[in-house]
Amino acid sequence: MARRAAIVATGQTHHRSIRRDVNGQEIINEAVTRCLEDGELTIDDIDAVVIGNMDHFEGINYVDCWSVDGSGGFMKPTMKLTTGGTTGSTLAIAGYHMVASGAFDKVLVIGWEKNSESDTTGAINTAFDPIWDRPFFAGAIAGLAVTAQSYMDMYGATPKDAARVSVRDRRHACLNPHAHLRKEVTIEEVLASPMLADPVCLLDMCPRTDGACAVVYAAEGIAEKLCPQPAWVLGVASRHMYSYVSDADFSGGALFSMARASQELYRKVGIKEPLKEIDVIELYQPFSWAGLIWIEDMGLAKKGEGPRLVWDGVTDLGGALPINPSGGVISTNCIGATALIRSAEIALQIQGKAGDRQVPDVNLGVATGFGGCLWTDTLAYGKKKPE
Amino acid sequence: MSNVWESVEPRVYESQIKVPYAWQAGETASRFLLTLKNEKKFLGKKCPKCAKVLMPPRKVCPYCFVETGDWVDVSDEGVIETFTVARRDTGIMPLKPPFVYAVIRLDGADTGLVHLLGEIEPGAVRAGMRVKAVFAEERTGKILDVEHFKPV
Repeated sequence: MARRAAIVATGQTHHRSIRRDVNGQEIINEAVTRCLEDGELTIDDIDAVVIGNMDHFEGINYVDCWSVDGSGGFMKPTMKLTTGGTTGSTLAIAGYHMVASGAFDKVLVIGWEKNSESDTTGAINTAFDPIWDRPFFAGAIAGLAVTAQSYMDMYGATPKDAARVSVRDRRHACLNPHAHLRKEVTIEEVLASPMLADPVCLLDMCPRTDGACAVVYAAEGIAEKLCPQPAWVLGVASRHMYSYVSDADFSGGALFSMARASQELYRKVGIKEPLKEIDVIELYQPFSWAGLIWIEDMGLAKKGEGPRLVWDGVTDLGGALPINPSGGVISTNCIGATALIRSAEIALQIQGKAGDRQVPDVNLGVATGFGGCLWTDTLAYGKKKPE
Repeated sequence: MSNVWESVEPRVYESQIKVPYAWQAGETASRFLLTLKNEKKFLGKKCPKCAKVLMPPRKVCPYCFVETGDWVDVSDEGVIETFTVARRDTGIMPLKPPFVYAVIRLDGADTGLVHLLGEIEPGAVRAGMRVKAVFAEERTGKILDVEHFKPV
C-alpha cells in the first residue's frame, strides 16, 4: 500500500514574456525560494529534487547538474525529467510517487522554462519524427488546429464558441498577480485577431513565457505537521499514445488519452459525477478549442455540448465548476512549468490561498497535463486525507 | 525589476547549436520509401493481431506490440480526414504560407498520413474530400517524393 502524500508548499515567479534580469538558474531559485518560504522550510528539509524543462528551449542538456544554484540540489538525489508539454505533470506525478513509495519524505519538484532564450517553433520541431512528420511540420499551432477543424465539422461548433473560452481565461488571469498576460478581451477581439492556422486565431493561443514553479510533496505524518492544510493527492492517471501525428483518430477532434486518463482517475478517486463532484479544474488548455473539446472527453458534458456548458457560465469563476481560475495556459505558458502550475494552483485553491481568484469551499480539484503526440496526465487533489 | 538596469547593462550571449544528424529509417521504412521512389506505389504493413493496415508501415504494431506481418498495397488515392491552413510563417515550414496541412487516409490503410495539399485554393478544402498523390519528377526515396495530394 502506497503512503499518502500531499503538496505542502508552492511557489512561482511572476511570469513574463522575457526576464532579462535573471538567468536560468536564478529564475529557478526565485520559485524555489518562494516555495520554501511558503512552507516555512529550508533547503535542508528537502530529501530529493526532481526538476524538468524542455531541453531544446534553452539548449542545456544537464539541467539537473547545472541548476543546483537554483534548485538547491547540491549533494542531494536530483534527477531531471522531460516529456514535452506534460513535463510539469510528469514532474508532479514523479514527486508524488517518490513520496508515496516510502523512498523519500519530502521531495522538491521544479518546472521551469526561459522560452525567450530560443526559437520555440524550432525547439518544438525536435519533438516530431524526423522521417514522417518533420518534413511537413507546420508548427504546434497547426497540429492543434486540425483537431479543432474536426470538432467543428462533426458538431457544428463555431470560432465564437472557442472565443468564449478565451474571454473566460483571460478575464480570470486579471485576478492572478502571477499570470503573464493580464488583459481582458472581448469575443469580437478574439475573432478579429490574426488567423494563425484555421480556425485558430492569435487570441485563441497560448503565449511563450519565462517562468518557474516549485512545489513540495510530503508524506502523511509529516505533511500535517508542516502545513495547516495539505493538498492531498487523491489519485493520478497518465496515458500516452502515438508515435506519429497521423496515428491519431481525428474524427470529432476528441482527445482519446484525456478520456482514458479521466476515466481511470475517476475510478481511483471514486468520482461518479465529475461535473457535480469536482469543485475546480486547472486544465492544461494550450488553445481555446481544448476548453470545449477536452471537457467533453473529461465527461463534464456530452459530445458536442461543451460549448453550452461554457456559454452558460458553469466554468466561469462564480459558476458551478470553475475552470482555470489562474487564467490558464493561454495566459501563461513557461512550458516546463506549465503543467506543474496546474497542480500548484489546485493546491492554493484547496489551501484557501488563491487570493482574488479563490473558488469557495474547494474539497476536490483536478489538474491536467497535455503533451506532444496527444497524451494526457490527470491529478486529483483533496482537502481531506484519503482513506 | 526595471531599476536594476540603471547601474548595469544587460548582457546577452548569442549562440547557435548546429548538429548534423543521420537518421536511420530501418529496413521496413526503407522498403516503403524505395517502392515509393521506384514504382510510385504506397505499401502498408498488416498487423496479424488487430488486422490494421499501418501506413506509414512499422515493424511493430504500436497498438498490439507484436511484429507486423504481410506487406499490403495501399492506393495512391484517399480521403482528407482533417486539415488546417497554416497562415503564419514560423521560419521552418515545408512551403511558404498559406498552405494546407492535412491528415489523409489512403484507401486500404487504417492509419493516416500527414502531408500537404496542392492544386486547390485553401478556402475550398473540406474534410472528406477525395485526393490523389502527385509524385515529384525527381525522387530520392523520402516521403516528399510525393510533392502533394490534389483533389480527384
